[in-house]
Order: sequence, then structure tokens, then C-alpha cells
Amino acid sequence: MENWSLVSICVLFGLTARWAVSLNSYSGAGKPPMFGDYEAQRHWQEVTYNLPVHEWYFNTTDNNLNYWGLDYPPLTAYHSLLCAHVAKLINPDWVELHASRGHESYGHKLFMRATVLVADLLIYIPAVVLYSFYLSEGSNKKKVCTVLCILLYPGLILIDYGHFQYNSISLGLALWGVVVLGLGWDVLGSLAFVLSLNYKQMELYHSLPFFCYLLGKCFKQGLAGQGLFLLVKIAVTVLVTFALCWLPFLSDPGQILQVVHRLFPVGRGLFEDKVANTWCSLNVLIKIKTILSTDTQLYFRPVCLLLNDLPLPAIWFLQASTFSMLPLFLKDGLLVPYVVTSLAFLFFSIYLLSALEHCSEDKLRLGPYRRLLICMPRMDLGRVTKWKFYFSITAMAGLSFMSVALAPPAQLPDLFPLLVSVFSYLHFLGLLLYFNIVQIAEPPQSVRKNQKKSN
Amino acid sequence: MCYLYVEVHSVISIPPRLIHRGQASVYDTGCVMATPRADDWSWFPALALGVSFLKCILINAYHSTDFEVHRNWLAITHSLPVSKWYHENTSEWTLDYPPLFAWFEYSLSHVAQHFDKEMLVVQNLLYTSPATILFQRLSVIVTDIVFIYAVKECCRSVREEKGSKDLLGHPFFILAALLLWNFGLLIVDHIHFQYNGFLFGILLLSVARHLQGRHLEGALLFTVLLNLKHIYLYIAPAYGIFLLRSYCFTEDNTDGSVRWSSFSPVRLVALGSIVISVGALSFGPFIAMGQLPQVLSRLFPFKRGLCHAYWAPNVWALYNMVDKALSVLGVRLKLLDVAKLPKASMTGGLVQEFQHSILPSVSPSITLICTLLSIMPAVLSIWCRPRGARGFLRCLVVCALGSFMFGWHVHEKAILMAILPFSILAVESREDAGIFLMLTTTGHYSLFPLLFTAAELPIKVLLMLLFTLYSFTSLKKLFRGSLLNPLETTYLLGLVAVEILCEVVYPLSPWQHTMPFVPLLVTSVYCSLGVCYSFIRLYVSLLRQHGTDKHKQL
Repeated sequence: MENWSLVSICVLFGLTARWAVSLNSYSGAGKPPMFGDYEAQRHWQEVTYNLPVHEWYFNTTDNNLNYWGLDYPPLTAYHSLLCAHVAKLINPDWVELHASRGHESYGHKLFMRATVLVADLLIYIPAVVLYSFYLSEGSNKKKVCTVLCILLYPGLILIDYGHFQYNSISLGLALWGVVVLGLGWDVLGSLAFVLSLNYKQMELYHSLPFFCYLLGKCFKQGLAGQGLFLLVKIAVTVLVTFALCWLPFLSDPGQILQVVHRLFPVGRGLFEDKVANTWCSLNVLIKIKTILSTDTQLYFRPVCLLLNDLPLPAIWFLQASTFSMLPLFLKDGLLVPYVVTSLAFLFFSIYLLSALEHCSEDKLRLGPYRRLLICMPRMDLGRVTKWKFYFSITAMAGLSFMSVALAPPAQLPDLFPLLVSVFSYLHFLGLLLYFNIVQIAEPPQSVRKNQKKSN
Repeated sequence: MCYLYVEVHSVISIPPRLIHRGQASVYDTGCVMATPRADDWSWFPALALGVSFLKCILINAYHSTDFEVHRNWLAITHSLPVSKWYHENTSEWTLDYPPLFAWFEYSLSHVAQHFDKEMLVVQNLLYTSPATILFQRLSVIVTDIVFIYAVKECCRSVREEKGSKDLLGHPFFILAALLLWNFGLLIVDHIHFQYNGFLFGILLLSVARHLQGRHLEGALLFTVLLNLKHIYLYIAPAYGIFLLRSYCFTEDNTDGSVRWSSFSPVRLVALGSIVISVGALSFGPFIAMGQLPQVLSRLFPFKRGLCHAYWAPNVWALYNMVDKALSVLGVRLKLLDVAKLPKASMTGGLVQEFQHSILPSVSPSITLICTLLSIMPAVLSIWCRPRGARGFLRCLVVCALGSFMFGWHVHEKAILMAILPFSILAVESREDAGIFLMLTTTGHYSLFPLLFTAAELPIKVLLMLLFTLYSFTSLKKLFRGSLLNPLETTYLLGLVAVEILCEVVYPLSPWQHTMPFVPLLVTSVYCSLGVCYSFIRLYVSLLRQHGTDKHKQL
């Protein structure tokens, strides 16, 4: 079958899974007075539609910042405004100032879910397809499988279509940045990433790799000539994009300060909610590879490529990141989608990417570990890894079951969320260490040129 | 978990089997077994598990009144003694399936009590606790294992084409995908809510057994199926004539006609005893209690109405439409007096008791005669020139479709009875593939009105696109080239226009309130055209084959 039809089938399947999850509950459903992230997004539509721009980030009589005040950069606000205009056309009650607070209805839920789907379809999904086809290796079949597996990542589906958020926009824009940079269009790539950053400030985690890559590229091209020109082009692009995004706020330094204060509240911790865990986990999956060879190639290895290259560790990491959000999913009433999407993701990615077959010491690049474990030369590290994986998945399943079925002891009411957190962070640490070691230890010759593959 | 799966798959991959010729007549032309390459059927559990995950994610989707119907039956069979099962009418959804299905519900109820005992109380009408929903949905998903097994058996019976192909191009892979991921079955069973997967599993297994030459098993399975849901009486003529002709007569003359001397009374008795024993198991207790008339009255209620509330896309939908159009035209042209027309025929929509104004009214006996006339040529053809199990399968599809076309009070879901078995023929012949695409796309689209909620609209559109895209591209690749002529393609593209008209444009128009039935009418009539066309083409191909056979004999 031709590629386009296979990819379309994968995308359709991914969209069906997403919408099916969205039929379930959302964050804060039926829980006044504060509700949850769903209400926050609706409230931002209300605020941006009814109030002038200079009041969006300020505490006024009409805008109580304690009730889900805007705390994302301006692009989120503009997106909310766009959605609000559409909402007003369909049913003005949804964005009525003050009166629409806590509004919940069948039609409104459909509308909100539809906005997530549209954003996903326009931004994230095309980036995934382009990434898999232009920047990853393997046969066409493997690329199609990669598309499917990325689209089935449960964490993103459950957070965006269950809990309710728009991570697909910021992640999608960042992924566009990666794709475009991979194709050699640096200015456009930096533009995409700046847009992503202006949608969610968490993208700062990804900014270091982008910055280092582009700076390194400029250095390589020689700061006396081409490199400087490129540096200037990129700097101008970044500044102009920032300026355009922050345009309404540039007139008054007080505005800028207030927005920054909202984005980076010193009073609160950076990891306010479990949702931050996704960022913590996903951010570390973007690595830079500086190769000091004649055809210097700075190489991005986001999780997508890792899925292709090192399927088992990538799947393990992604599943651990989903598992880490279990307490949140339970709170939102998303147990069934969590179980089904996790099982489906594990099954499809292991089967389609033959993860358990590519489990030799060599394929997993466990050389450094071999050197560390010099006292046990006969141990088959590949097999050990496989069994650790099984044990880990079983433990995750067990902990999930216990969180649902058992009541925690009275003196330790948060026992299960704590166990989940500790378990997940141990995984993150271990797998982070592994990815770093693999990256550092990889010999330079293994880098291939990025080629624009035509299908 | 996946390690286990790897272990399991190596256990269940079945080595190729030899053909059983002993029980079939000489003209059994289709039993070449497909030998899976290097016993690698690992893709099959993957396909099956994949669709099962999809079914699980639809657990919280909309479900129709059929959900309550089955909950009520669980309650009746669990809480009441057998003697009351067919008398109970606390709920409007009385037991109207044959006794074996009642026993099926009874066995399910024993599992149900561990989920939520309250659902088994007859008085708890419309009880839908989360545990109830979970149990009922899971019961459909789990009983689908019968369907999955049946699909595997059908795939093993499919003709293998020579030449190495990649997996996705193999007929058995395509058949597995078309059956396991069938759009109609997914939305009727796992959203609307029914147990068709389980029932069609038995039907397809029966067909597979006939294709494999194991006719007694096939007959047994069909008898069991009839006692589970009596709608399968539609295809009983195909079974009856085929088994009589090709199983009871062990040999044919050289020209293909019946060799009366080869009649085997043993075989007839074997078949008869299967039918009687299963029937006895099923209806026996009720006959003993003298409740047979009551059971039959429940199974065959006198339902008023030529058509269901939503007109199934059959001949009668077209008939109703023509009648309506003529009456409107007649009034406009002042040929008819409005006062003399039946009430509400001008503005009334889809009512069950549709009174025809101009064309003669249609009674149940007329529909029966039409149905019998429509299936007669097909049934006669497998008597006169049997073409083995595949000829039987073709006749089965024709019977199913003929009954759909001309039957009384047909439900649109009945189209699946033609579509699912037809899939087997579609992966083996180019012409069948073309008819299949027409029938399936139209038939599946006609199921859209079943899911009328806004939340499920994206699901049905996405799944329809998924299935249609796959069926077109895979069959096109298999048979190397376009399977439909431009007219057919245009008609199918018209379905997109109908969908946009009915679900987007019309609801926003001013007529939505005065004539809310128009989208249903348009859907029904438009799809009838496609279904009728497919029926005619199928018949033409069947009669053409019959003609070729006859010609060969001369």
C-alpha cells in the first residue's frame, strides 16, 4: 500500500483514539467553586474576549487573578481570544463576562474538545508526520510505524483530550522547529521555536538545545563571514517574533513586568501540578550532539528519533512519564482511558518497532555499562535490561491497581501518589543517565547527513 | 505482557491443513487452503488486539436503548424462573430473541452480579451505573472472541495467490482487516450496543466450516445461530438447499445435474437430528410448559409498519419516496384533491405506519412473496448447478440482501448480514471486490443515523473514513487497478455531499423545525439506490456464472 494511504490510516486512527478519550471527563468537572484546567481555559476565553488587552494580566475588579488568572505567554491569550470569537458565534453564554463562570454543558464540552482537535490536526500531527518521514531513518514501513507510535503516546492524549490542555500546540510548534532545522532552514526553525516558547514558557527547557545548536552552527560557519550573517539573521528573527507576540504589551514597561511576573511566579514552585512532570520528562529527551568532524553535523535526537533508534528505552521512558501522571488521571476520572491507551501504546510500539528483539547489548549501546560492571563479565546486559523492563511495567501495573483498588492507610493518605512519584522519578533519573551516557559515548562516525527524502 | 504474547502466538499459530474432500460433492471448487508463510500469523493477534483496544476506548461513548434492552434481559433471566421469561413485561423491552439467547444472557448474568447486583433487578429500569456500563461493554468485547476466531478460520480458507507479496497485500490479511475492523460492526456493537460480533462470529464460523468441507459442523453452528437470533431465517433457504443438494446427494452427474441415486439418507438423518436436537434444547422446555405460542408471539410480533421509523435503504424506501413524490406532484398539478389524501402524507415524515396515497399499499404477505421471488433464482441456481461452498456463500449473500431489499420492517443493521460474508468473496474476485466496495460504502453510510449524537459524529466520520480508505486502497492494490467505473465513483462521492447536507447544512436551515425528517429521508433514499444497484449487479454476476457453467456443459 502506498505511504500516503498508510499514513492517513494512522492519522485517522490516532484522531479516533483522541476523540474517544475526549468523550470522558475533564479536569474539575462538576467541582465548584474552582473546577479545573478546563474551566481555566474557558475563563481565559472570557477574559480575553471581554476585557481590553492591558487588563488581561492584571488584577482588576473584572479580572480576579486568583480565579485562574492568565499565566501563559501572550500566544495562549491570542489563541483563547480566537476560540472565544468562535464560541461567541455559537453560544454567547459561553464567554459572558462573569455570568459564564463555571459554565458546563454538553455543547460547550464538544466545542472545547473540538478546539483541541483542530489545533492538534493543524499543528502537531503534520509535524509528527513530516518528522517521521524526513528526519528519521529506516524503511517506509518503519516510518509509518513511528508515526503511529508517536501519535499513540498516552501522556499527551490523556492530558490534552482528557484533563484538558493545549500542549499539542506548543509541542507541535517546537517539533516544527526541529523538523525545519533538520531540513536546514535555520531562520524558520528559530521562528517556529520562538512561537512555541511564546505559547508556553515551559518550552524554555527546550530552548537550551535550540540555542546551542544554532550558536554552534554559526561558529562552525565562521564568525567572520557566513556565521555572523546567520547569527544576525537568527537574532533579528527571534527579536522581531518576540516583539510581534508581545506588541500590545510593549507600550508600557509595567505591562511587560506584570506578564513576566505571571509567567514566572517567584512565590510558587515551578512544578505546580503533576502536569509539569510531562515537561520535566519530555524536555530531557531533546539532546544535542556536537560532532567535531569535518562535516560538522549538529544532531537533534528528540524522543521521536529515540523511538526509532532505541525503541525499548524510549517506550519505557514514555510509559513511565504517563504512569507518573496517574494520580492526576484518577482525580479527573480518566482511569479507563489511562489503562486502555497505556496498554495500546505498549503493545503497538513494542510490536511494530520490534522493541524486544532489538535488545542486545550492542543495539542498546550498553558498552559503558559493560565497562562499569567489569566484575561481572558474563552477565548478558541486554537480557537484564529486558527483565528490568518487564519488572518495571509489572510494578507500574501493580501500583496502578493498588491506587485504584486499595484505600491508603489512615496515617499515610498520600501513600500511593507518593509511591507513584518516587517510582517515576527513579525511572526518569535512570533513563536520563542512560540517554546521556549513550549520547556521550557514541562515536562521531555514526552520524549521518540529514537528507531530504522524497517519497 | 508482550513477552507472554510472543509465547502465546507461537502456540496458537496453526500449521496448514489438508483439504477434506470426503464430505463435499465433486463440484466443491474452493477449498484450497491458504498456507500462511512460515507460520507467521503474528499479525493476526496484533490486528485483533488493536481493534479490541479501540473497542475499549469507546466504553464511555453513547449507547442506545438496546443497552437497556440487554440489561433488562440480564435481569429477567437472572431473577425470574424460566417459566416467566417470555411472559415478563415490566419493561417495554420484552424478551424477543429465541431461548438460546436467553440462556446466553443468563450465563452472562452470573458474571454481572460481581460487577453490580442492582442491574439484575427487573424493576431497575434504565439502570446505568458505571459498573453496569463497564460490564455490558466488556461482555460485548469479550464475546467478540468468537468473531475473532471465526475470522481466523475464514482467512485460512481464502485462496492464496501465487507470488511473494508483502504481508499487507495478501488476501487473507486484507480479509482479516476488513472483517475485524468492519465499520458497521464497530459502531453497531460497541457504540449503539448489540451482540452482533458474537452472532456473526458463529455465522462466519459456519461458513468457514462449509468452505473447509466440514458440513455437519457448519449445519450445527447455523442451527445454533438460528436459535440465538431468528433474523438469520433470512439466509436459511441458502443453507437448506445447499445442504440438501450438495451434502445429501454425494455425487453429481457429469453434466452437473442431480444424480438422484446418490441420495444418502444417512446424511439427511444426520442433518435432521442436528436441527431437531438443537431445537429441542432451545424450545424444549417451553414446549413442555405449553408456552410455545407465547414464545412465538414474542419472536414474531405483529409490528405495524412496512418500514422502521428510519427507513432502511431498501426497495420500500424507494417505493415510499415515489409515492410521496407522486402525491406532492399530483397536488401541485391539481390532479389530486388534498382532502382525499391520507392525513399527514403531505407533511408527515417517517412514520411507521406509512399510508400510501397513490401506489398500492404493501402488506406483510406481499413482502414475503417479493422476498421469495427475489431469492428464488439464486437458490435454484445452487440446486441446478452447484458450485461448491463458494456458490453457497454467494447464494447466502444474495438471500441476505434480497431479504433486506424486500423484507417487512427491516432494520438498517441487517445490511451487515450481507456485507460480512461478502467480504470473503471480495478478496478473491475482482468483480466481487467492485460490488463489495459499492455495497459496503453505501451500507455503512446508511448506518450513520444510528449515531445521532453530536459527540459521536467525529467518531463515526473518522471510522468511516478509516474503513473506506483502507478497503478502497487495499482492494485496489490487490486487484491492480480501479474497481469502480466513474458513475459509481461519483455516486459514492455524493455520499459526502449528503453527509454535509444532512448533518451540517440542514440543521442550520429554517426547515429543521418544520420538517425534521428530511435528512433521514434523503439518507435512506440515496443509500437505497446504491444498495439496489449492488443487488442487481450481484445477481447479474451470479446468473452470468450460472450461464457460463451451463455453457460449459454443452
